[in-house]
Amino acid sequence: MNKLYDVIIIGAGVVGSAVAREFARFSLKIGVVEKELDVCCETSARNTGVLHAGFTYKTGSLKAQCAVEGNAEFDKVAEELDVPFKRTGKVVVGFNENDRQSLLKYKAVGDANGVPGLAIIDKQTLENLDSSAGGEFAMHAPSSGILNPFIYNIALAENAKQNGVDFYFNNEIMSIQRKNGFYELTTNRTVYQARWVVNCAGLNSAKISSMLGIDGYTLAGFKGEYFVLDKKAGRYLTMPVYPAPGPTGGFATHATPTVDGNVLVGPNSELVEDFEDYGVTPAGMEELMTEGVKMFKHMKREYFIRNFAGTRPKLINKETRQVLDFVVEARAEAPNSINLVGIESPGLTCALPLARRAVALMREKEELIANANFNPRRKSILCFAEQSREVQKELIAKDPNYGEIICRCENVTKAEIVAAIHNCLGVETVLGIKNRTRATMGRCQGGYCETRIAEIIQEELQKKTTEVMYARRGSAMFTGKVRG
Amino acid sequence: MAMIKKDVVIIGGGPAGLSAAVELKKQGINDIVIVEREKQLGGILRQCIHDGFGLTRFKQTLSGPEYSQRFIDQVEELKIECITDTTVIDITSEKKVIAASKNGLLEYQAKAIVLTMGCRERTRGAISIPGTRPAGVYTAGVAQAYINLYNTMVGKEVVILGSGDIGMIMARRMTLEGAKVKAVFEILPYPSGLPRNIEQCLNDYDIPLYLSHTVTNIKGRSRLEGVTVSEVDAQLRPISGTEKEYACDTLILSVGLIPENELSLACDVELDQRTKGAIVDENYQTTTDGVFAAGNVLHVHDLVDFVSLEAEALARSVISYIKTGKLDKCDIAITTDANISHTIPQKISGFKDCKLSLRVRKPMKNCEINIMQNGKMLKQVKFKKAIPAEMIQIKLDKAELQAVGELKVVVR
Repeated sequence: MNKLYDVIIIGAGVVGSAVAREFARFSLKIGVVEKELDVCCETSARNTGVLHAGFTYKTGSLKAQCAVEGNAEFDKVAEELDVPFKRTGKVVVGFNENDRQSLLKYKAVGDANGVPGLAIIDKQTLENLDSSAGGEFAMHAPSSGILNPFIYNIALAENAKQNGVDFYFNNEIMSIQRKNGFYELTTNRTVYQARWVVNCAGLNSAKISSMLGIDGYTLAGFKGEYFVLDKKAGRYLTMPVYPAPGPTGGFATHATPTVDGNVLVGPNSELVEDFEDYGVTPAGMEELMTEGVKMFKHMKREYFIRNFAGTRPKLINKETRQVLDFVVEARAEAPNSINLVGIESPGLTCALPLARRAVALMREKEELIANANFNPRRKSILCFAEQSREVQKELIAKDPNYGEIICRCENVTKAEIVAAIHNCLGVETVLGIKNRTRATMGRCQGGYCETRIAEIIQEELQKKTTEVMYARRGSAMFTGKVRG
Repeated sequence: MAMIKKDVVIIGGGPAGLSAAVELKKQGINDIVIVEREKQLGGILRQCIHDGFGLTRFKQTLSGPEYSQRFIDQVEELKIECITDTTVIDITSEKKVIAASKNGLLEYQAKAIVLTMGCRERTRGAISIPGTRPAGVYTAGVAQAYINLYNTMVGKEVVILGSGDIGMIMARRMTLEGAKVKAVFEILPYPSGLPRNIEQCLNDYDIPLYLSHTVTNIKGRSRLEGVTVSEVDAQLRPISGTEKEYACDTLILSVGLIPENELSLACDVELDQRTKGAIVDENYQTTTDGVFAAGNVLHVHDLVDFVSLEAEALARSVISYIKTGKLDKCDIAITTDANISHTIPQKISGFKDCKLSLRVRKPMKNCEINIMQNGKMLKQVKFKKAIPAEMIQIKLDKAELQAVGELKVVVR
């Protein structure tokens, strides 16, 4: 059976999910088609989780406009969607005269972009702000912040879902055809029909753009590796510490606290052909160690708990290799399509502003009727570990599953795991449970709880052993029963 | 939340906690409780279905569950209170213990706390193995739990990194269940596990062990597809040009155990950077008054028998502590030379017989361990062979000890 939609959004990363949520404000039948088994599987998950202020982007660019806009509204967004967020501020630190010139340049850019409160600070002020930060002086950006990128993406998608949007996972777009005024999107599993298509395919946005009939975009994949440090290191770091941008702009390895209290050190930057090669490398790790300790004085091997990598799909001029601005467009050669290409950092900060621009492009073509039932609010799974002892007692009295600690490192309870398994998007992977609850994210990395989570998934969803998936399509955790 | 008063709260119902509880109760301490997060007592032994336990303690070879059952039976006979399915979430230096269970939060005020939480496995992240993050990479203990407790097979074509005992035991276990174990790789120039496991788990099944080798890449996006293995030089750095590819769907990591001391830190227990366990005196008392530790939470043991014996010794100290409210001051520090990884205890009183547990850092032949105080040789013990995999214990008689002066342990 073909599925007919007003709007199909390709990609359930943070941008696709934000676009879905903003379109859900109108009376439209909306579907999101995603190749992976969950939202937030590629670039949206594989980044530093920073809410950017917007001082490094060319004045007047979409990156600058959307970053400043997205930054300013984020307290409200985080409150509405129940997203862990802290407006920590950020320091961009310098060591020499070149760095000082760089900071002065970007302060001027930031001031022109409308970034509030930028100030050049001396070493003493820097130490008072964060004594674990390296650097002789810095630019302080008080409006920067940190957020949980998984929960933000999940929150946008869940809020969209609660407002009537359908999500289809494990559906990779194989071809797009326009027939009789409709788009036909053929996936590896089925065919969807839509009056409008929105390309939010991130790493694959140039490919989808070509399928829509819009050629000529070149993406360059910049892979960045990270270390995740134990919460024991997180005690020291209060805000992101970045190095002064070099002559070509763009930040090198930085140290950032996470909202949960860990520290991320990274990314480096390496041009890659394969956008989904997330392998970490000995050279990359060595570079992070050397560069990381300059930003964060307490960077030590004993704090390492995990590595990961992500790829930033930068839109470039094929000839000059110059990095270009975000593209949000509605082009005549692909009527009723909205094309978002080259959305990379600061895409997390810009997701909602970009989504509103996508809505505006559709509105130019047709009248949109407000969805009177739209509810912008959504709640996260309650975190047992963060509650007072009194509240914890009440929770256990209401649901005994709160009394069963599943993840010992993060004190995640069975009630939270069960709530995550029954998420409204229907995600069933171990990674999905992890991103929703923090289970397995601690220092034992699932040594204690992974077996339990796998068991609860099977129990709650009546799954066979061989059906338990770790993260991606084909990532079966088990080959079967040992006996019987 | 009603406060429950106890003489002794024991955290963890594995072999150390069970042994301590039985000894305490036998010696007349009745007001005790074992708090265990699992549904059953027994700790990690529940999943150790192979034999080889109990040779020292019971003079016969038992499986893990059989070994622990001997203690569980005594716990039941002695009617020792056990709270299972209950996880301790906080301990204070005032000896308050808070635990979460389906029946609510429990709060205990203890006279003495016994830390017997065991250890956890070192992970891939902690040793930074390069490569992707597919399904199919398991630590040995997790694979063992899936297979032995959950009846779940983790893979068919297996490579094992690390020659720790659990890794070798899993090599045999997976072979018996029809998997092909291609090889075990050890980064060090000598094995990490016990000689008997190399014989019985690897050699008996023709599973090759490659020393001075490590995994330098993990491949596969969804499920593991293969690993790259390289030889390492004397500094343990991979040697370029020695890479070999192994196709496999499963990588088992047996790369070390770390005492699980998150709760100990909550009650201000000072840790030894070498053992990652508490610094204790001859009474197994930590740096927090009335808080004691034994078993793998204190230092990783080679044999469970020594865990039981250590926990029983701890129990006898706890009894004096409960009865008198204090123990001898232990001001004599014990230092070691570079060839000895650590000693337990780290300090003694000089007024009591005691037993030092230690390990050598590298395999040695025809060596001699010397214990000296104030320039005087207290003890000389000769060994034909000493290996890091095996714990060494040396008894010290109080008559040999002086009241002041650091103890020095050296091996030559």
